[in-house]
Amino acid sequence: MSASSWLQLALYPVILLLLVRPLGAYMARVYTGERTFLHPVLAPVEQLFYRAAGVNSNAEMGWQGYALAVLAFNLLGWGVVYILQRIQGFLPLNPQGFGAVTPDSSFNTAASFITNTNWQGYGGESTMSTMTQMLALTVQNFVSAATGMAVLVALARGFMRRSARTIGNFWIDLTRGTLYILLPLAFVLSLLLVSQGVVQTFGSYQATPLVQPTVDADGQAVTQQMLAVGPAASQIAIKQLGTNGGGFFNANSAHPFENPTPLSNLLEMLAIMLIPAALCYTFGKMIGDTRQGWSILAAMTILFVLILGLAVWAEQQGNPALAAFGVDQAASSVQPGGNMEGKEARFGIANSALWATATTAASNGSVNAMHDSLTPLGGLAAMWLIQLGEVVYGGVGSGLYGMLAFVIVAVFVAGLMVGRTPEYLGKKIEAYEMKMAALVILLPPMLVLLGTALAVLSPAGRAGILNPGPHGFSEVLYAFSSAGNNNGSAFAGLSANTPFYNLALGVVMLVARYWLIIPTLAIAGSVVAKKHVPAGAGTLPTTTPLFVGWLIAIVITVGALSFLPALALGPVVEQLMMGM
Amino acid sequence: MTAQSLSPSVKHPAISARSLYRRALMDAFVKLNPRWMARNPVMFVVEVGSALTTFLWLQALLGNGEAATGFIGWVATWLWFTVLFANFSEALAEGRGKAQAEALRRTRQETQAKRVQVEGQRSTGDHAQPTHLQPAPYELVSSAALRRGDTVLVEAGDIIAADGEVVEGIASVDESAVTGESAPVIRESGGDRSAVTGGTRVLSDWLVVRVTADPGEGFLDRMIGLIEGAKRQKTPNEIALNILLAAFTIIFLVVCMTLLPFSLYSVDAAGQGMPVTITVLVALLVCLIPTTIGGLLSAIGISGMDRMIRRNVIAMSGRAVEAAGDVDVLLLDKTGTITLGNRQAVAFIPVGQGDARALAEAAQLSSLADETPEGRSIVVLAKELYGLRGRTVGAGPDAPEGMHFIPFTAQTRMSGVDLDGMSIRKGAPDTMLAYMQSRNGHTPSDLSALVDDIARTGGTPLVVARNGEALGVIHLKDIVKGGIKERFAQLRRIGIKTVMITGDNPLTAAAIAAEAGVDDFLAQATPEAKLRLIREYQAGGRLVAMTGDGTNDAPALAQADVAVAMNTGTQPAREAANMIDLDSNPTKLIEIVEIGKQLLMTRGALTTFSIANDVSKYFAIIPAAFASTYPALGALNFMRLATPASAILSAVIFNALVIVALIPLALRGVRYRPAPAAQLLRDNLLIYGLGGLIAPFAGIKLIDMLLTLLKLA
Repeated sequence: MSASSWLQLALYPVILLLLVRPLGAYMARVYTGERTFLHPVLAPVEQLFYRAAGVNSNAEMGWQGYALAVLAFNLLGWGVVYILQRIQGFLPLNPQGFGAVTPDSSFNTAASFITNTNWQGYGGESTMSTMTQMLALTVQNFVSAATGMAVLVALARGFMRRSARTIGNFWIDLTRGTLYILLPLAFVLSLLLVSQGVVQTFGSYQATPLVQPTVDADGQAVTQQMLAVGPAASQIAIKQLGTNGGGFFNANSAHPFENPTPLSNLLEMLAIMLIPAALCYTFGKMIGDTRQGWSILAAMTILFVLILGLAVWAEQQGNPALAAFGVDQAASSVQPGGNMEGKEARFGIANSALWATATTAASNGSVNAMHDSLTPLGGLAAMWLIQLGEVVYGGVGSGLYGMLAFVIVAVFVAGLMVGRTPEYLGKKIEAYEMKMAALVILLPPMLVLLGTALAVLSPAGRAGILNPGPHGFSEVLYAFSSAGNNNGSAFAGLSANTPFYNLALGVVMLVARYWLIIPTLAIAGSVVAKKHVPAGAGTLPTTTPLFVGWLIAIVITVGALSFLPALALGPVVEQLMMGM
Repeated sequence: MTAQSLSPSVKHPAISARSLYRRALMDAFVKLNPRWMARNPVMFVVEVGSALTTFLWLQALLGNGEAATGFIGWVATWLWFTVLFANFSEALAEGRGKAQAEALRRTRQETQAKRVQVEGQRSTGDHAQPTHLQPAPYELVSSAALRRGDTVLVEAGDIIAADGEVVEGIASVDESAVTGESAPVIRESGGDRSAVTGGTRVLSDWLVVRVTADPGEGFLDRMIGLIEGAKRQKTPNEIALNILLAAFTIIFLVVCMTLLPFSLYSVDAAGQGMPVTITVLVALLVCLIPTTIGGLLSAIGISGMDRMIRRNVIAMSGRAVEAAGDVDVLLLDKTGTITLGNRQAVAFIPVGQGDARALAEAAQLSSLADETPEGRSIVVLAKELYGLRGRTVGAGPDAPEGMHFIPFTAQTRMSGVDLDGMSIRKGAPDTMLAYMQSRNGHTPSDLSALVDDIARTGGTPLVVARNGEALGVIHLKDIVKGGIKERFAQLRRIGIKTVMITGDNPLTAAAIAAEAGVDDFLAQATPEAKLRLIREYQAGGRLVAMTGDGTNDAPALAQADVAVAMNTGTQPAREAANMIDLDSNPTKLIEIVEIGKQLLMTRGALTTFSIANDVSKYFAIIPAAFASTYPALGALNFMRLATPASAILSAVIFNALVIVALIPLALRGVRYRPAPAAQLLRDNLLIYGLGGLIAPFAGIKLIDMLLTLLKLA
């Protein structure tokens, strides 16, 4: 691999980590209600929203109230997205005159966007009107992200407050997250992307003469092509920032109009991880001990770098089957080497592997290369990051609250090993917290495995598999991993826009999102009522390298033990059969 | 199992190791009852798996086997062994307690009691006087007929029929049935040695006892119940751990269940091989679910209680044992815990122009009825220094003509005597100053300097006054126990704060606290102050442990999270506590904390070990299970296990044997040494985490080699 590749790989985490502290501190101020530099402009707007909606900005909610508000708001969002897709034919801003989306696809897409998954069973530029893209999808890109962040700060308040009953107000957290964090960031990023040439227009698709005319299947001459355009930059900014991932175009960030330059590629990759990483600092700041946030971030970063290493190595190795034919896949001055199938030549091995790892580590799901064409081990790296429960950075908010469930388990076992009933951040971890944390950890693997089993058993599920052998199995496993952990990226190679997959994946996405949010809020509600146990020499320290290592071990162990057999029958055996 | 840890403690009734094993073995089969197994979700899954494979084996015998009959049979056999080994560990842990309970029950046979009719109602036990007459006539009743409030006479050779409080008399009592300690103890009316336990035997003299417990509710009955584990309930931490284990079990259940469709699909996709068999899936499931900790969990809890019992501490609940590991503040009584026994009078120092002899006389007079060791030491010192002979007198209504003794109470904090129109008082300086102020409005100028001098050296000044005029000061001295300072330093290292509780004034307390090396002290402690201190610590999120024996300790004991009452203590103290120390050794609190920590550590260590074990089992079973479909997966079989059948069987056998191998550890507990949490975590992770990861690779390979050698698979 070239020096420039190494440099790009190294630069990425460094820039990311440099941004964590300023953004994290800013978000902590926003959620604790302190003034920020944006308040002169945005505070009146915020108050206006509360007045219009009749929200009492001083009222706080218990955990059940908070959960109810989350569910009600998301149910409403689901209804709006579903209906907009079904009636888009009658609405304006539909330059291509698209008709209604099918009911099963509408259900799937609505579920996908409210759950911050952004699994796309459809092709954006050939299905959705501009109106639907903006009003249904982009709006959910914002509020589904803000929902995840709200749940996280509610949990942070649970650990922060002592012997209290309330964990905040969902409407306020939702509004502040959107208004003070997501909108300004998206605004800045959109402008930066436009400067790089990402399209942003309300105009209709453009007909352009082909440089090299060709003939179609019927022998007719083809001299021009339709270039799909639209308000892409604004949607792409938030799809990256909010770990949404649903692209404006079907080719997602491999498309030159979504991701035209190396700089836009770097910016979009940074945007994937930015908020999830910075939220660790926000969490530490809110609970009054930033070291706690840093140590969780350290665990995430180490996991990320390890798996990134695997992906880059696997991709750079190339395809052993091709090597058998004497194909030169070594990196040299004339070629990047490695497995270039399914990759943009513009991005090469390093940036494609980096994006693939970042987008699956954070539950983003946008892509700049075809994951289906990754080497089996490279695909395994991406798939396994999702299967770890989307806790390596993970989705905005959801990644950290998922990781905190792992922290609770890690603290529980380690706490026993130092001879005390376990506590985290001064709060005792007892049967109730354990039950809820177990649910958070248990549910995604169950959904993934049961969903995959259903698909490979049923004829409808098998019908969608395009590739034979273990690779076909990987495709199904990847699809359910993606839905069951609200990632949204696709292995492709699977015809997923069928009633079976639309329904099965839609249900899995909904369960994976809300059956995790409810126990998370229940933990918040339980710990907020507890007394604070001051730390002493007998307390398990949760900021030492040893604990970080232990947390990593717990995440890997649960992930490995749940998925090793399935992975063995998919990517592992595929790689072994290709010859290592 | 080492002979050491099995052999019953010297103090307890002998239990032969062989009969213990025999009974545990029988119980292991009895416990196969599914209704019993359902209490433990992990082992219940194993039992269901065993039954399922047994059924598959029978099917194979009839010629419809999904795999070789021998293979299924061996898997089924070892799965049953897994369940039996787990049951055996629990039965073994229970067995020790059961044998002990039976020995106790033998002393519990019905006895005859001599019930006395009490004329009138004597006010309280504290002021009851031994009558010089023989006790009143009695009627013989069965011990079962005794009720709370009855009064019984117990004479030399009699067994005390029920728990009670001595209201009259003094006697030596053999309490070995309860404590295992063969040396007799003195029980007498009044003070802190007035409680007697049903089932113990009076050796000499006689006692009149007021019964404080109805039949079947006595201390011994409760103890039997606790030891037997009949009342054993899962502790909060055990419940939380069970939830975690159940979660793992569910994950692995889903992993194994979905493996069948995955395998069916793979056979289709690869176009070769056979789908994975139910037997292999059950074997995989049992290997993956945390059977090691699941099987040993209840043995760990029971043996934690047992370890307490062997140190002669009866824990009233498993919860109390668990809480002991969490304690971060220890409230220790100065006397007996930090200092040796009791303070002794060492000097009489008069004030002003006073005479030391006159002071000694007054001090002696005021102490004649004072039965505290301090009071006695004053009488002894007066005799030694000035040849003043102490007259044997009693307090209360029986006192010699003209003498009226004022007993010490925690509220007045003074004692003394009224005699021939003269009133002598002695007490702590601040109380006495207030008293003298109220009597005649002034105090000698050099008194406070004298008091401070004694206090600064760690001594206790006791001011003596006659008719409100100060005579002088008695110097009482404390001796700090050897080695106690090091003990406190150790506790500090593990994050436990020690607080000395004393009735002394702050100066005295500070001097002793400094000498003993405690972190803090509470001087001039009243029952209210103690209670307030405990509540303050608890409000700050701390867990507080304390020991106590007196009735005035009872409120604080009830408030403390871990409360240890001395067996010699009063009935209210014993009822308020959640542990009783039969040896009445206040230093034992430190050991109790260690046992609590050890209990939790054992659970944590075995959980880690159990989960870490799974990695190797995957490497053994996955390549074997799919050998026919994807031979390429054989690359994962880097242990080079001989055949698929031997690989799977080896994993199952290892999984069963590791339970047996760890029974001693579960019963004994992991080694505990006082160290900061970070260090303990590192060491335990290294041993049980890394060890748990590596050990099974070696173990499974070894078993596989053996199986191949014996041509069993």
